[in-house]
Amino acid sequence: MELNARIPAGPLAEKWDRRKFEMKLVNPANKRRYTVIVVGSGLAGGSAAATLGELGYKVQCFCFQDSPRRAHSIAAQGGINAAKNYQNDGDSIWRLFYDTVKGGDFRAREANVYRLAQISVNIIDQCVAQGVPFAREYGGLLANRSFGGAQVSRTFYARGQTGQQLLLGCYQALERQVAAGTVTMFARHEMLDLVTVDGVARGIVTRDLLNGAVETWLADAVVLATGGYGNVFYLSTNAKGCNVTSTYRAYKRGAAFGNPCFTQIHPTCIPVAGDHQSKLTLMSESLRNDGRVWVPKRKGDHRAPGDIAEGERDYYLERKYPSYGNLSPRDIASRAAKEVCDEGRGVGPGGRGVYLDFADAIRRLGEDKIRERYGNLFQMYQRITDENPYRLPMRIYPAVHYTMGGLWVDYDLMSTIPGLFVIGEANFSDHGANRLGASALMQGLADGYFILPYTIGDYLATSKLEKVEADHDAVRAVEAEVAGRTKRLIAIRGKRTVDSFHRELGKIMWEHCGMARTAEGLQAALRAIPALRREFWENVSVPGGGEELNQALEKAGRVADFLEFAEVMCADALHREESCGGHFRVEYQTEDGEALRDDDRFCYAAAWEYQGTEKPPLLHKEPLEFENVHLTTRSYK
Amino acid sequence: MNLTLHVWRQTSSTAAGKLVTYQATAISPDMSFLEMLDVVNEGLIERGELPIAFDHDCREGICGSCGMMINGVAHGPPRGTATCQLHMRSFRDGDTIYIEPWRARAFPVLKDLVVDRSAFDRIIAAGGFVGVSTGSAPDANALPIAKGDADAAMDAAQCIGCGACVAACPNASAMLFTAAKAGHLAMLPQGQPERSRRALSMVKQMDVEGFGGCTWHGECQEACPKEIRIDWITRLYHDYIVANATARDEIAAEAGI
Repeated sequence: MELNARIPAGPLAEKWDRRKFEMKLVNPANKRRYTVIVVGSGLAGGSAAATLGELGYKVQCFCFQDSPRRAHSIAAQGGINAAKNYQNDGDSIWRLFYDTVKGGDFRAREANVYRLAQISVNIIDQCVAQGVPFAREYGGLLANRSFGGAQVSRTFYARGQTGQQLLLGCYQALERQVAAGTVTMFARHEMLDLVTVDGVARGIVTRDLLNGAVETWLADAVVLATGGYGNVFYLSTNAKGCNVTSTYRAYKRGAAFGNPCFTQIHPTCIPVAGDHQSKLTLMSESLRNDGRVWVPKRKGDHRAPGDIAEGERDYYLERKYPSYGNLSPRDIASRAAKEVCDEGRGVGPGGRGVYLDFADAIRRLGEDKIRERYGNLFQMYQRITDENPYRLPMRIYPAVHYTMGGLWVDYDLMSTIPGLFVIGEANFSDHGANRLGASALMQGLADGYFILPYTIGDYLATSKLEKVEADHDAVRAVEAEVAGRTKRLIAIRGKRTVDSFHRELGKIMWEHCGMARTAEGLQAALRAIPALRREFWENVSVPGGGEELNQALEKAGRVADFLEFAEVMCADALHREESCGGHFRVEYQTEDGEALRDDDRFCYAAAWEYQGTEKPPLLHKEPLEFENVHLTTRSYK
Repeated sequence: MNLTLHVWRQTSSTAAGKLVTYQATAISPDMSFLEMLDVVNEGLIERGELPIAFDHDCREGICGSCGMMINGVAHGPPRGTATCQLHMRSFRDGDTIYIEPWRARAFPVLKDLVVDRSAFDRIIAAGGFVGVSTGSAPDANALPIAKGDADAAMDAAQCIGCGACVAACPNASAMLFTAAKAGHLAMLPQGQPERSRRALSMVKQMDVEGFGGCTWHGECQEACPKEIRIDWITRLYHDYIVANATARDEIAAEAGI
């Protein structure tokens, strides 16, 4: 396998323009002769499908939900970054680029990140034109707020429902193309495999979730926009349906998986309440604009928060990171929370929580102002915990939220399988080892609206693609494999539920591949996972049949893939003997407990190649060259 | 907590359905309603029985996947709450709970509590958008919008498309859903060029799908998890009447009027 990032030559700021000019174009009249499959309908997939449809391609878009509007991008709360500098606070494309590279702990590709920052400004224009109701000032112009890892206000938002409004904007654009006949939408269809012919991506195999029909769809190019794999931990802020299946199956067909161990633990989530917990709920990072994080100074202090005097409180983020304070990046804030809880100073049931306190902000700005800014988040918190955050500080704890890793892609967002493009959270591209808040929405929409529609055209214009018939041996073989696997899952008729396996896998991953990782722990995980996988294939219970709506079967397929993928993650985490961003190896830390990077040995993106389920994957390295920023130790002090 | 559940079970859209009784035991008041159903389902699967099928995804009240009639009320007792955000502390030990799917001709039951809401997608496709293709937008701040208008647009735009308004309406009307989208766009300058066309075509599609008409019961706003108000329906009436009276011939012809 050869990794060629195909980064254009020339100065950083000119690379994207140069690449766009070099590209071969598809004649407008010829576009309708090309079929493009887009899997996933979130911000990346929805915007790509809509834009490709507008350009005149024949698009088939698939999602497992009952409507494309329900993709998990909808749950993003806080906002979307753009280098508009509307606040006149010194922002620029260069600063957004620098903050993102630094925030990612220097493990992302410079050229991609710079392009992302360039495009960020067009995204806001596009969304406003669609009617996305961003927050505004009284003068009628757009409002901004701050997010972690930045000292400028560059985040655009729509209350605490920014993802929802951006997604509805792109869903509406998508439905407009459905009406125009350029996009055909297949909801309740789950991609279960990728079809490659002579090493080139030519289609997908899906299962119709209503009647179980296994169908093959052939095309000239395939785009995966299927999100991240945070649910490998069972408990995460992801939606219940989020899964690794599409990207993992593509990996098994030859697509390299980039940096799978780079996962983001978000510092502000509602703590776990009990064993019944089915998912975790995020409280937007934007709350850290006005909320102050603290724990009692004394261990085991179980007094009510109101009874703990100011002098007995430790505002540990403000203390340790005076210049960024409560707006330290996510990885740093999460680790700091874990640290104080490990010291026995955590609050709430089980001591796994810290306070996020709005008392000062309410005193300063009034309750109404806070309600206007965060009302829906406060309401959500109260619903879940039965506590009123206007009166009592919120209790929060870190939870798995986002995965920076994903399928490896080149500058054109194409994987190591020609014709297979990967966009949004599903690829590994722009966030390095840690994503800054409000950058996921930016990346999803940049990929879908403004990058992929160009690069896919170049691929189609420069490739000679023979027509593939539905009875091609390669197509038949994949179809048979998918059908066989479904039959096998149902035939086990074991004793344990899918969820019980998923929970157990989640515990292994959280303990050994979560916020703090050690070689010993990762090796233990690498022993435990195959054993659990074997038990799964002998003892899982999937009632019902394959030819009906069967939610247990859907889950079983996804968990089966997590049970294989988890090993790739642990292998990556084990091999990366350094700490960077969200990947914290206990053995590699500075004296004061900060991440200790090893640029001499690990300044590369790890791309893993599948060798067989019971064999370790093969490592390939894409060296990361920093020509425009200096590799420094990240400091937010 | 221990509860008695009467749950609608229906194997397919063509099969007859019926209420089946289950006991939910050792339920914590901190569980969400869906987590309570998870517990019941785990028990069913362990006994080799088919779990209760229900749509759900984000479980934080924003994706709009979940939704069921709980004791005859869409999304259950508390106001402004989707089923996934309903917690068992809203019930008492020993309660009996009836759980049924949304009931509407335009939302056929697919299995158990799962219904087909694709009609909503088709209403949006009929005109619930601003016709602006990627790349053609002016600078975002080139168009100042009064804060009050933007806030009002956001109030309507919050709709999660769950279908509770239809389920709660005695006529199974989709007016609140349709009015929320039309209203969101009508509040903004970006939505003006297509405002008349949008009102006509979305309402027409609503009729084609088999939703009933609005007779102003107001049940929809009581059930709406985002507390979208029926005032938006008044605005849609207004736009619809104006469009009928003033729409140019080509718009009317397109909308089949």
